[in-house]
Amino acid sequence: MTNLVQRVGQVALEALRGLGHNATFFADLVRNVPTALRRPYLVVAQVHAIGNLSLLIIMASGLAVGFVLALQSYYALVTYGASESLGLLVNLSLVRELGPVVTALLFAGRAGTSLTAEIGLMKAGEQLAAMEMMAIDPKSRVLAPRFLGGIMAMPVLAVLFSAVGILGAYVVAVRLIGVDDGNFWSIMQNGVDVWRDVGNGIIKSIMFGVICTFVAVYQGYEAQATPEGVAHATTRTVVISSLSVLATDFVLTALMFTH
Amino acid sequence: MGKKGIETLVGFFVLLGIVGLLFLALKAANLGSFTSSGGTYSVTAKFDNIGGLKVRAPVRSAGVTVGRVASIALDPKTYQGVVRLDMQRSVQFPSDSSARILTSGLLGDQYIGLEAGAEEKVLAAGDVIKQTQSAVVLESLISQFLFNKAADAGSSSPAAPASGGKK
Amino acid sequence: MSSESLPTKAELPKADTLIDIDHVTFGYDASRTILNDVSLTFARGKVTAILGGSGCGKTTLLRLIGGVHAVTKGTVRFDGEVVDARNKDQLFRLRRRLGMLFQFGALFTDLSVFENVAFPLREHTDLDDTMIRDIVLMKLNAVGLRGAAQLRISEISGGMARRVALARAIALDPELIMYDEPFAGLDPISMAVAANLIRTLNDTLGATSLMVSHDVQECFSICDYAYLLSSQGRVVAHGRPEELNASDDPEVRQFIRGEPDGPVRFHYPARPLAEDLGVKA
Repeated sequence: MTNLVQRVGQVALEALRGLGHNATFFADLVRNVPTALRRPYLVVAQVHAIGNLSLLIIMASGLAVGFVLALQSYYALVTYGASESLGLLVNLSLVRELGPVVTALLFAGRAGTSLTAEIGLMKAGEQLAAMEMMAIDPKSRVLAPRFLGGIMAMPVLAVLFSAVGILGAYVVAVRLIGVDDGNFWSIMQNGVDVWRDVGNGIIKSIMFGVICTFVAVYQGYEAQATPEGVAHATTRTVVISSLSVLATDFVLTALMFTH
Repeated sequence: MGKKGIETLVGFFVLLGIVGLLFLALKAANLGSFTSSGGTYSVTAKFDNIGGLKVRAPVRSAGVTVGRVASIALDPKTYQGVVRLDMQRSVQFPSDSSARILTSGLLGDQYIGLEAGAEEKVLAAGDVIKQTQSAVVLESLISQFLFNKAADAGSSSPAAPASGGKK
Repeated sequence: MSSESLPTKAELPKADTLIDIDHVTFGYDASRTILNDVSLTFARGKVTAILGGSGCGKTTLLRLIGGVHAVTKGTVRFDGEVVDARNKDQLFRLRRRLGMLFQFGALFTDLSVFENVAFPLREHTDLDDTMIRDIVLMKLNAVGLRGAAQLRISEISGGMARRVALARAIALDPELIMYDEPFAGLDPISMAVAANLIRTLNDTLGATSLMVSHDVQECFSICDYAYLLSSQGRVVAHGRPEELNASDDPEVRQFIRGEPDGPVRFHYPARPLAEDLGVKA
């Protein structure tokens, strides 16, 4: 019995220690951001690696989600004679929730794992140690630019996801199903508020960007320098990012969208 | 890929983001339709019952949106609902205009309908709309309907014992 | 070198010592001490080798000199100044005076050969591109790889990677160059090239070189002085190559001669074989 209590205590203390380590790492990273900004090319290169290279999957997913959302919503709305509100429903779903969240999940899978693996392998190949020995702080040269790159790329990707989704929904709703073109846009415009809906969605995606990029960079930096170590680290990146995004989404939605 | 190439691609990425944002803001939301009219002025209206009116609900006159509900509060002295309206500066209403809370469609959102009055003086910022009509509350409607039905039944059967004092 | 008295470090006049390791004890965690009360000195302008089996703390010693970790006990002095691993400014100043060659090069895989060597120049100096280009090409020339400047890291062999890493390590003309296993995994030609480079660079740059290695023969062919560490993290012997070769200390002889069994046992501690196989002895 005491063994069990001891084990639980140990696990709890480990969790606390991990949380503390996370927090100090985060503070360190933020502290190095101004130095990274003095080398804008490094950040730009990362925005390319993280953002540009994710464009294809984000926009393809956005389109697909828009199609499916329009189709499914139509069948639900038509029973209440409210099919004209299809555009509004799709827009709000995308801009408030699906855009930021699905983009974050895809981001964690595509860009997050790539960041973790890259940093983990750099650590394994002693590249980070070599930098330290050359009196260059790897946190400001390698980690902070990637952190900034991710935070900048995420909102852009989320906006594009929603925009492409709405266009996809338009194609399905107006061209295929036959919802009225004018109504599709006007009811949508009347019901969607730029600051409340689009703006809050962007705030969400910025926060998700911070979370996903931080987790990816942290897991890469702390990875064990072996093949299994890097594999575990990438898995942890995806799992922890996804769960954190979903939990944060719940909290943010409650804060932003309830009266 | 050279330095310049990457910078160009990132520039493209950012441009795409801006275009997407503009699309969402203008085409898919209400930004384009409203604030371009050069600002707003506020007036207030008091209602006994605001029903399901929400902040940012439209203010319409003859069906045309001319403003938005800015805030809803309770007057602690008169216990009336005080609604502040942001009216488009380009439209002026006579000071005796009336405001009613209407429903768009059968089960739709509620909005404020403004009917222009006849006065020459117009509503200025801070003025109060005096003539208001509260929202229709479904329960009152039903009880009134039943009451009327009962009254009709009572007046057409003189032997009814329950209808004391109805003659 | 007799083994009766506790081996003291080489006695040198103060001005001749670049690095002074004074009674240092260190372990990564409390349960495992890697270095036990070791004392070494490294003479300015000379090539000194640190020899020993795997896991006896040779690489750790390099890390302590570079200020990556803080010593548990004792002091590390670089050019008279105590190395404090917690003092970021001091470390920054110190590290600009040293260059380190990691075991497999530790080159930056996303940059080309040229960019790797140019890296410390870009980070620590304000020189313009033409000057940097000249310096990089000269350094690459010193290691014989000027023609490979535009290759990517994935396109060069292991031996070439070591040489590029060496060019990078000397980019800022450091006073101290540290080599972590410079000969590990190289073919005989590359090994000879590496040994030759280490000696020549040391002499032409007027630098001090520290080599950590297992390879006794190559080391002895180029070093001026050597320390031998045991697996318990202690200094077993030190001296000039001729002195160590002539030593009759059994531990020294086993290592220098490469004998499979001696003070360092062949068998990992275990029960008698008969017991393990279940056979009556």
